[in-house]
Amino acid sequence: MRFLFKTDYAQDIALAKHGGHVFWYGLLLAFLFGAPWIVPDYWLAQLTFTLIYGIVGVGLMLLAGFTGLFSIGHAAFLGVGAYTEAYLVNHGVPFPLALVTSAALSAAVGVIVGLPALRVKGIYLGIATIAMAFIVEEVLARWEHVTGGNAGLAVKKPAIGDWAIDTPTSFYFLCLVVTIITTLAILNLLRSPTGRAFVAIRDSEVSAQSMGIHLARYKTLSFAISAALAGLGGALYAHKLTFISPDQFNILESINLLLIVVIGGLGSVHGAFLGAIFFISMPQLIALGKDWLPAAIGQAPGLQGVVYGAVLIAFVLFEPLGLYGRWLKVRTYLQLFPFYRQGLFKRQKSFQKSDRLR
Amino acid sequence: MQIVQLVVSGIAQGCIYGLIALGFVLIYKATETVSFVQGDLMMLGAFGGLAALTLMGVPFWAAVPAAIAGMALFGLLLERIVIRPILGQPAFSIVMLTIGIGYVARGLITMIPGIGTDTHSLPVPYKDGIINAGTLVLNVEQLVVIGATATLCLVLFAVFKYSKIGIAMQASSQNQLAAYYMGIPVKTLNGLVWALAAAVAAIAGLLLAPITFVHSNMGFVGLKAFPAAVVGGFGSLPGAIVGGLVIGVVESLAGFYLPDGFKDTAPYIVVLLMLMIKPNGLFGEKLRKKV
Repeated sequence: MRFLFKTDYAQDIALAKHGGHVFWYGLLLAFLFGAPWIVPDYWLAQLTFTLIYGIVGVGLMLLAGFTGLFSIGHAAFLGVGAYTEAYLVNHGVPFPLALVTSAALSAAVGVIVGLPALRVKGIYLGIATIAMAFIVEEVLARWEHVTGGNAGLAVKKPAIGDWAIDTPTSFYFLCLVVTIITTLAILNLLRSPTGRAFVAIRDSEVSAQSMGIHLARYKTLSFAISAALAGLGGALYAHKLTFISPDQFNILESINLLLIVVIGGLGSVHGAFLGAIFFISMPQLIALGKDWLPAAIGQAPGLQGVVYGAVLIAFVLFEPLGLYGRWLKVRTYLQLFPFYRQGLFKRQKSFQKSDRLR
Repeated sequence: MQIVQLVVSGIAQGCIYGLIALGFVLIYKATETVSFVQGDLMMLGAFGGLAALTLMGVPFWAAVPAAIAGMALFGLLLERIVIRPILGQPAFSIVMLTIGIGYVARGLITMIPGIGTDTHSLPVPYKDGIINAGTLVLNVEQLVVIGATATLCLVLFAVFKYSKIGIAMQASSQNQLAAYYMGIPVKTLNGLVWALAAAVAAIAGLLLAPITFVHSNMGFVGLKAFPAAVVGGFGSLPGAIVGGLVIGVVESLAGFYLPDGFKDTAPYIVVLLMLMIKPNGLFGEKLRKKV
């Protein structure tokens, strides 16, 4: 195993802690940039979706995993981003400008939702975000001369200047670059004072406040950034699908986003991407499993829901740290091999915490 | 007279919301967790009643108690097997857990060949009855909903006020640890609270079924019970019913007097306003943490 002796603060907050990180993430990047020549077209499309869901997942992770505010209506931000992008690009606004505008508009909606969040917490916040999601979905369905209503809206291909991004490969590269930029931005944010304030708020609002953190400001900021990333992801999503309609951004999609974050592992950026990979590959895994099951079960329409639910229940019961937590445990076990102690990752229980007292 | 008509149908719909919200509040008060599975428990109850009535041919007055008792048992098992192991974890994990249970319940019902994907109507003896009261035309189904809700509220009130178990439930919802020290079996009570919530959800399902239909997605009505619970104050049992009535009436009036689209969003607009003005709800308790 590797021993790290940290001698100064810069070493403590470095993005790559040691040479191993540089090597493995370099390999990952090399694979991602070479993917169009390695993997078949179908898998490239899946990879693009994974990157898009990764961006949205990182945004929701910042809110739920790092700030401790959970939103059960996050698909609404996705929808706002997607529709803004579609409307602007269809009306001839240059693609980069449209992308930034859709992120900004989503952030603005996020701030509006974040405002009631200053007064409420816990489940009340969840309900406020559900309410917001339903209102946004209804607006998307009713504001027909902008959104096309329930009939949906076709989205033009993006183009930067004269360079038309009209092939799956070029769009994949666009998504990859946006993903890398946003991930780096979020990683940097998390090691800045702002990111640490978010984590402090998650761990204890009272102590964060007593250390001089302006709760209202940071909670709103967290909502804004999270919504902006969801809007960004939504804009790319709209281009990937080339056709959007309001029911793609309903409550089930919001729950899917939560599923990504929880199954990936709350409180880690890795988790957002692991969750996205899991979420995108899940339908394939189910399709593979169908052939093994008896036809009466394998061909039944509700199978996907049952598997999703069962996986979610299993993760919450047995692996609350998610896929990333499982990887951490395996890695720790291997590192400490003969000395691994039972109960190293044991969860702490707290019986006295009450949402009603605040 | 139009407005009275609207209010009556709003109250009937509001009773359903109120009953589902009652389930949220029961569980929230007892275990500090929020159950997103309440709507799906309602769906299961309706399907249970349907199975008893049509498949097994049980008479109506036996089928209803059977479905309710079955759901109570299901709630008890649910608490024992799935919820109890993660008590004391952050509220968020339990929310995700109940969402997962909802997925499984909906999926399993859909998987029943030939029944799960269809919509059914529950054959009740009072179906399609109409009473003319003056210029008013009242549906018997709606009157049954209102009457049953009122009766259930009285029963629950009596249980919580006079029975030993009800008083013990109140004590453990005030302070679990103190109740435990006083010799109250808090874990058993939590199981009973889940059973009670599931039974109330089943009643809501059986009451809603004649008004709409029985199908695997009818549980999404539960999402409208959240506004009801918030408007009433999340920790208050009478608040849940009152909140349900408010949401039902607002929805009914908005559907008639406001343009299209407001019917479905009105409850959520009401809840957002409520959270901004008075986050504790109409009957909410106000507790402060002392350092």
